[in-house]
Amino acid sequence: MVAAVRGCGGVWRRVWQCGAGGSASLGQCAAASSARGAVAPAGKSGLAPWVPVVGLEIHAQISSNSKLFSGSQVQFAAPPNSVVSFFDASLPGTLPVINRRCVEAAVMTGLALNCSINKRSLFDRKHYFYADLPAGYQITQQRVPIAVNGTLSYSLCTDHKMSQMVTKTVRIKQIQLEQDSGKSLHDDSRSQTLVDLNRAGVGLMEVVMEPDMCCGKEAAAAVRELQLILQTLGSSHAVMAEGQLRVDANVSVHHPGEPYGVRTEVKNINSLRFLAKAVDYEIQRQIEELENGGTILNETRAFDSKLGCTVPMRDKEGKQDYRFMPEPNLPPLILYDTKSLPANINHQQVVNIDRIHERLPDLPSVKRAKLVEQYGILPEHSFTLLNEDGLTEFFESVVKRTQMKPKKVIGWILNDLLSYLNQHSLTVKESPVNSSMLADLLNLLEKKEISSTAAKQVLGELWKGEGKTPLEIVKEKKLELIQDQEALEQICQAVIDGQKNEVMAIKAGNHKVLNKLIGLVQRKTQGRSNPVLVKQLLEKKLLD
Amino acid sequence: MLRASLREVSAALKEGHVTPTELCQRCLALIKSTKFVNAYITVVEETALKQAEESEKRYRTGQPLGVLDGIPIAVKDNFSTAGIETTCASEMLKGYIPPYSATVVQKLLDQGAVLLGKTNLDEFAMGSGSTDGVFGPVRNPWSYSRQYKEKSVPKSHPEDEDSNWVIAGGSSGGSAAAVSSFTCFAALGSDTGGSTRNPAAHCGVVGLKPTYGLISRHGLIPLVNSMDVPGILTRCVDDAAVVLGSLAGHDPKDSTTIQDNFKPFELPNLIDVSKLSIGIPKEYHAPGLSSEILALWSKAADLFKNAGANVIEVSLPHTHYSIVCYHVLCTAEVASNMARFDGLEYGHRSDMNKSTESMYAATRREGFNDVVRGRILSGNYFLLKQNYENYFVKAQKVRRLIANDFMKVFRSGVDILLTPTTLSDAVPYIEFIKEDNRTRSAQDDILTQAANMAGLPAISVPTALSERGLPIGLQFIGRSFQENQLLTVARWFEKQVKFPMIELEEVKRHDHGVFQHQKSASFS
Repeated sequence: MVAAVRGCGGVWRRVWQCGAGGSASLGQCAAASSARGAVAPAGKSGLAPWVPVVGLEIHAQISSNSKLFSGSQVQFAAPPNSVVSFFDASLPGTLPVINRRCVEAAVMTGLALNCSINKRSLFDRKHYFYADLPAGYQITQQRVPIAVNGTLSYSLCTDHKMSQMVTKTVRIKQIQLEQDSGKSLHDDSRSQTLVDLNRAGVGLMEVVMEPDMCCGKEAAAAVRELQLILQTLGSSHAVMAEGQLRVDANVSVHHPGEPYGVRTEVKNINSLRFLAKAVDYEIQRQIEELENGGTILNETRAFDSKLGCTVPMRDKEGKQDYRFMPEPNLPPLILYDTKSLPANINHQQVVNIDRIHERLPDLPSVKRAKLVEQYGILPEHSFTLLNEDGLTEFFESVVKRTQMKPKKVIGWILNDLLSYLNQHSLTVKESPVNSSMLADLLNLLEKKEISSTAAKQVLGELWKGEGKTPLEIVKEKKLELIQDQEALEQICQAVIDGQKNEVMAIKAGNHKVLNKLIGLVQRKTQGRSNPVLVKQLLEKKLLD
Repeated sequence: MLRASLREVSAALKEGHVTPTELCQRCLALIKSTKFVNAYITVVEETALKQAEESEKRYRTGQPLGVLDGIPIAVKDNFSTAGIETTCASEMLKGYIPPYSATVVQKLLDQGAVLLGKTNLDEFAMGSGSTDGVFGPVRNPWSYSRQYKEKSVPKSHPEDEDSNWVIAGGSSGGSAAAVSSFTCFAALGSDTGGSTRNPAAHCGVVGLKPTYGLISRHGLIPLVNSMDVPGILTRCVDDAAVVLGSLAGHDPKDSTTIQDNFKPFELPNLIDVSKLSIGIPKEYHAPGLSSEILALWSKAADLFKNAGANVIEVSLPHTHYSIVCYHVLCTAEVASNMARFDGLEYGHRSDMNKSTESMYAATRREGFNDVVRGRILSGNYFLLKQNYENYFVKAQKVRRLIANDFMKVFRSGVDILLTPTTLSDAVPYIEFIKEDNRTRSAQDDILTQAANMAGLPAISVPTALSERGLPIGLQFIGRSFQENQLLTVARWFEKQVKFPMIELEEVKRHDHGVFQHQKSASFS
C-alpha cells in the first residue's frame, strides 16, 4: 500500500519521498514548495512535483420534522415505506410545497459560512432514471442556489503531537436546497431490487467547496469543521454514519504552473477517516497513473473501505446528461431582509434573513476563542473540547465545581477522561463518571487530601460505575494522605535508616538520589503521602 | 329537464320539482343510451347514486350545500379521483386508482355535486381531437343531431351514416360531448393549448380556461405544468361563472395558485357594451381559417360595434411563433413529467424483468402511445445540455414576447380580445385521422395556444351553426384575473347570438318530464 501523507499544504511526490517533512504553507497549497530531502522521482515527469487539488461536494440532511416538499415526517430508521406521502411516491398530479423550516436551515447555514444569501433563488429538475428516484427527476437548485460565495475556516495540526495548529480557508461556491432520494437494496441472489422511499424527499443542503484543499487531512478537517457548524446551528445532525452527512471528493493532480488535471469524483465515503484515506489514495493513484504514462479518466469512483482503495463505479460509467429544466411547479423562492420586508405581510409566510442572522448561535471558532480566553487553555485543547460532543459542557461544569485551575482540569479531561472514553468507544454522555464526580475527585486532590497517584486510583474505581462517591472510595481504600506529620516523619526515618548508601550519596551532594527515597516513602505509604511534604521532611533530616 | 341550465336545474331541485336521485338516474340512463358517443371512460353509477341520495337528504332537511348540491357533473379522466380509476386514456394508467382527489374534484364534491364519471380524452391530453386515447375516439354528439343529419348525411345511404360522424375536438372531447349530449350539467376539462375551448367550440358548449393560478392544479395529471389550467365546460356562460366561483382561489397544495381568496361573482343582467374596447387581433386571421368562421367573426365584431363598443384591430405580432415555441416548451415538460411513469410505484409494469433498465424501457414502450413517446423523445432532445440554450431558453424568451404582446394591447386600453376558437367546424373522423397528431395539434391549437402562453383567461362561446349544421365557437380573451369582465362580455354576446340547441333524438326520448315547457325557454 502506498501512503504519502506528509503534513499538509505541500507538494506531493512519490511514495519514497515522504520523508520530506511537513513544510506546511499557510493558505493555498503552494505549488512551488521546496522538496527538501526528496529523492528525484523516476518517470517522464522528471523533477516536477505534483500538486493535488481537492474539492468537495457535501450533502447534509436538513434536520426538520417534515420533508422538503411534502408533509411526511423525517424519521431515521422508520419501518420501510412508512413515512411516504403521495408526493414522495410521485403519484401523478401531486405538487411540491416548500417547507419553510428547510429554507431557514439553509439560510442559517449560508450565513454561518459567510455566504451571500440570494433573495431570489430558483428550483430545477435534474433528470435521471433510478429505482429510488420515483419522479425520474430530483428537484434541486442548479441555476440560482439559495446561498453563494462563502468561506469556511478550519484548522489542522501539522504534526502528530497536535501542538502546531494551522488555520486554512476553503471557499464555499454555493449551498443549494434539494431533495434526497430513496434507498435501493439490491438482492443479487434473487435479482431483485427493494426500494424504501422513507428518505425520498427529505431536505438536503448541498454545500459545494471549491478545490482549495490538497490532501485527505485537509479535506477531513474542513468537513469536520462544517459538521461542527451544522450541529451548532442545528440545521443538520450531520452524523456521517447515519448518512446525514455525505461527502463526495473531486480529486485531480497537476504540475505547478500547469492547468488542473482531469478530475475524478470519489463517492461512498462514510467517515472522516475514510475521507482522508480515500482522497490520499486517489491522489497517489493518479500520480502513479500519470507517471507511468497513463491518463486519468473523468469518472466516478467508489471508495472501498475494506481494501482502502478507490474503484470505478460501474453504473456511473459515461457522462450523464441530466437535462436540467426549471421546476415549473415552484415559483421563485423569495427571501426578505428587514429593509425589503413588505409592510402588510404575514410574518409566518416569509423568511427574514436579518432575523435569522440575529439569532445565530456562537459558531465553533468563536466558542474556541472564548474557551481559550476564559480558561487560559491552549488553542489545540479548545479544538479537542469542541470535537467531542458534550465535552466542552463537561469541562465547564467541572471547572465550575472545583477550586482547581482550569488549566489543570483540562489535563484530567483530555488525558484521563477522553482517553478512557476513546479506549472504550464511549461518548461523553455515556461516560460512567459524570462531571460532578470528577469535580469531587479533583477537589480532594486540590485540597491535598489525596495524592495525584491516589486520585488516578480513585478514578479507576469510578469507571466501574458502582455508584460510589470519590470520598467513599478514598475512605474504603484508605487513600487519604497521611495528615499525621509525626507518623510520616517516622516512616521517613525508617527509610533513611534502611538506605545507608543512598543517604551517603545525598550527603555527598548527589541530590538526585533524594527522589529514590521519596519514591520509597510513597511505596511504604501506598501513595498516601504528599510528595512535597515528604521531600521537605527528608531534606530536613539529611541536609540540615 | 336535462337540457336546462345548471342554475335552472338547481332552482328546480330547491323547489322540489325534481330530486337529486331522479336527476342522477336520468343522467345515468342517458349516458347508457348515448354510449356510442364514447364520452365516458368510467361511469360510477353506484357512488353517484349514493351521492345523490346524500344530497336528497340535505334538500329534505332544507340544508343544501349550495347551487351545486345534487348537480350531476363529469370530470375529465386526467383529474385524480379518490377510489375511482384515473387513466388519462393511457395503457400506462389503466387500473390506476388514486388514493386522493384533485382539489377541484374535492371542491365540487364538498359542495354536493354528484360525480357521474370520468370522461374520455386524448392520451395524457395530448391531442386536439379526442381521437388518440386508448379507449377509442369521442364522437361529437352533433354528428347525431337533426341539424347535422339534415345537411350532411347523404339521405340515400343510411349505412354511410356511421362514417360521417365528426370529431368532438380535444383533448377534453369527452367532457364537451358529455355536456353537449345532456348527460351532465357541467364538466371539468383541462386546457394547456386549447384543450377545453377547442372541444367546446366543436360541441357547441361554453368552454372556459381561467387565468393560470386562479384554480388549483393539484391532482390534475400534468401535461405542461406552466400552462395547464383546469377548464370548465357548461351549457351557458352563467353556469361557467357558477362553477368557477366554486373552484377558484388559493390552494395550499399548489404553490402556483394566487395567494388571495377568490370572491365568487354573479354576472350582471344588463351591461353597457358601449364602454368596452374590443380588440380584433389581425394575426388570428390565420391561414386555413374557414371563410364562414371569418364571416362569423366579423359579424360578431359588428355586433359589438353596433352596440356602441369601440372595436379596433390590434396586433399580436409574435403569434406566429407560438406553435413552434409551444412545441418546444410542451415536449420538454412532457419529457420531464412522464419520467415518473416507470412501472415501479403505480400503473402499467411490463413483464420484462431482465434488469431494471429493460423493465423501464419495456414498460414505457408498452404503456405510452406513439404521440406520447414522440413528445418525450423530442422534449429530451431539447433539454440536452448542448440544445438547452438554443431551444428551451429561446422558446421561453419567445413565450415572454408572446405574453408581452398581450400586455401591450391590454395596456393600450383594450378590454377584451375577440377571436375565432377554431379554424373550421369539426371535421369527420375519417378526414381527421389522415394527418398525424402533431400536424393536427399544431393547426388546431393556433388560435387558442397563445392565451396559455400568457396565462390569460379565455372562453369559447358557441355562436352559430356552420353550413354543415355544426357548431362554431368564438373566443374571448381577457386580462389576467379579470374573469368577471370576461364572462360578463361573453354572457352579453351569448344572449345576442342565440345559439340553437342541439336536437338529439336520443335525448328527446329520455327527456320526458316535468320541465318540458322550459326547454325552449332558455335558448333557441
